[in-house]
Amino acid sequence: MNRSSWLWSISALVYAFLYVPLIIVVVYSFNDSRLNAEWVGFTLNWYRVLFNDEQMIRAAVNSLTIAVVSGLVATALGTMAGIAIHRYKPKLLPFMVITPVAMPEILLGVSLLLFFIQVMNLTLGMLSIIIAHITFCIGFVAIVVRARLAGMDESIFEAARDLGATPWQTFKLVTFPLIMPGVIAGALMSFTLSIDDFVITFFTVGVGVSTLPLQIYSMIKIAVTPEVNAVSTLLMLLTLTTIIIASKFAPDTLRGAMK
Amino acid sequence: MALLEIRNVTRRFGDLVAVDNVSINIEAGEFFTLLGPSGCGKTTLLRMIAGFDLPDGGQILLDGKDLAGTPPEKRPIHTVFQSYALFPHMTVTGNVSFPLKMAGKSPDEIAVKVKEVLDLVHLSDKGESFPHELSGGQKQRVALARGLVNRPRLLMLDEPLGALDAKLREEMQIELITLQRDVGITFVFVTHSQAEALALSHRIAVMNAGRIEQMDEPSKIYSFPVNRFVADFIGRINILQAEVLEAAPDHLRIRIPGMGEVRAPAKTGAARGQKGVLALRPEQVRIAAKIDDVADENHFPGKVRDFLYVGDITTYIVDLNNGARIEALLPNSATGRAKFFEIGDAVKVAWPKDAGLFLND
Ligand SMILES: Nc1ncnc2c1ncn2[C@@H]1O[C@H](COP(=O)(O)OP(=O)(O)O)[C@@H](O)[C@H]1O
Ligand SMILES: [Mg+2]
Repeated sequence: MNRSSWLWSISALVYAFLYVPLIIVVVYSFNDSRLNAEWVGFTLNWYRVLFNDEQMIRAAVNSLTIAVVSGLVATALGTMAGIAIHRYKPKLLPFMVITPVAMPEILLGVSLLLFFIQVMNLTLGMLSIIIAHITFCIGFVAIVVRARLAGMDESIFEAARDLGATPWQTFKLVTFPLIMPGVIAGALMSFTLSIDDFVITFFTVGVGVSTLPLQIYSMIKIAVTPEVNAVSTLLMLLTLTTIIIASKFAPDTLRGAMK
Repeated sequence: MALLEIRNVTRRFGDLVAVDNVSINIEAGEFFTLLGPSGCGKTTLLRMIAGFDLPDGGQILLDGKDLAGTPPEKRPIHTVFQSYALFPHMTVTGNVSFPLKMAGKSPDEIAVKVKEVLDLVHLSDKGESFPHELSGGQKQRVALARGLVNRPRLLMLDEPLGALDAKLREEMQIELITLQRDVGITFVFVTHSQAEALALSHRIAVMNAGRIEQMDEPSKIYSFPVNRFVADFIGRINILQAEVLEAAPDHLRIRIPGMGEVRAPAKTGAARGQKGVLALRPEQVRIAAKIDDVADENHFPGKVRDFLYVGDITTYIVDLNNGARIEALLPNSATGRAKFFEIGDAVKVAWPKDAGLFLND
């Protein structure tokens, strides 16, 4: 075999490892059988079961609420951080903002848990999860926004001031529209990161609150039912759509910034 | 009163003195050029005038009013940036109307003024285009239109033609002169190209290492450079080591080591024994085949080493028998110019006794 067919086979294998399990989950979510064993026939029954599962719905609503709120807050803070890092070139801020991105999730989860309980004396629940998610999303937004700014001609912003715009008008009319794609990409990334986060949520969740990933986990402890396949398929669909939209907004900046 | 008065302005970056005690008065309506090699402090000076940087010492006054403490957006001064700095997310119309919007002009007035200025720069049909759809020359004109549209007291242009190719650059130079005359706005033009500076300006300040070496009209700077730097920087010039033998009221007698004695125009302050250089423009130097053609001039025998034919003129490089090398520039249209010299031809190099300029060290 020559070099290029070697590369082809290896990539095919890698992609198979990545995608075959996912495809199986999707396929079995439509399988008319309680068991993930053999294909019996097509059904939408499991989706019907899913939408009648009150606990699941509550978890989904929680997940969406957390993802939207923490996504929005992280986007606002991350955008500011990205601009500040670009403009003032501070020494420490980039590390502080980006460390949560690189830090093992379990560490972040544990430290947040200790912080909430021992320092803030916070009752664990939705709020603690939202704060935790904001913490690890800010870095992603900051990275994308900064990357967008880095590719830009500095003199554009000076030109705006030079032509009579106040600093605020410059931000509103020039800076923000130009970093907008980065901001949207950052927001969408935050949303996907939040909605399927397991580890950090697991540490910062209180009793009585659940999110989709936690709910799925608690279900498969018993058995991988077709309902789990169905909810996973939907989650996958949501994540995939968001990522595709995000990559449309920031095709260059997203590369290398993904987890 | 001068429109813009720069008084003893200094700007330091650490140990580097980027702008060193610079004083300039710019009059209303002037096309003023800051000329100097890259890194000499031109942009730093512009940024202080625009308000993006503050002097460490000295003052900048507009209409007699100190600009210190006035932010860039409050200064009636606009800049055309070298990179154009067009807003990529706005159309040409959006870019050009930006300063008018910031000034709070009415939509009707904006429409009229934008149309006017786009006509002026021949871009009436490009109003709806985005910057990335324009050529370099068109972007340049949008940047100009945007800088002019709100009629600033002063328009500063930082090497605005640097990114254009030679032919376009020449066209834009002519457009710039016409434009400046028509709109009557004071221009402060920055360039490192002496040809551009000579062609465009009413006055030129030649800068070197943060200081102004000479400030005058183009013809004065070209004909009477005050020192070796200016002589060398402006146009081509022969620089010959020289020593004053005699400083008479109407002429100098100068010894050029290894070459001999020549006469040069008198210079105030020149004294016997002074060392320096004799600066001689190539177009002041003639070459001839026979001695009697040049008998009453400074003349030396030599051999043609090389020549550069560029159509209207030919530049000859002649090695003198005593080892020096001289450049002579001959117009090809000169009457009686029948003979062209070839490499290796034995010739006489000559220049009038009232040509050349002694510059002491
Ligand atoms: N912000 C700055 N920090 C440090 N040095 C600078 C800064 N801006 C300019 N300089 C230095 O000042 C000198 C003059 O720069 P500049 O005004 O840009 O020159 P020019 O426009 O004539 O090419 C250069 O040596 C440059 O490196
Ligand atoms: Mg410069």
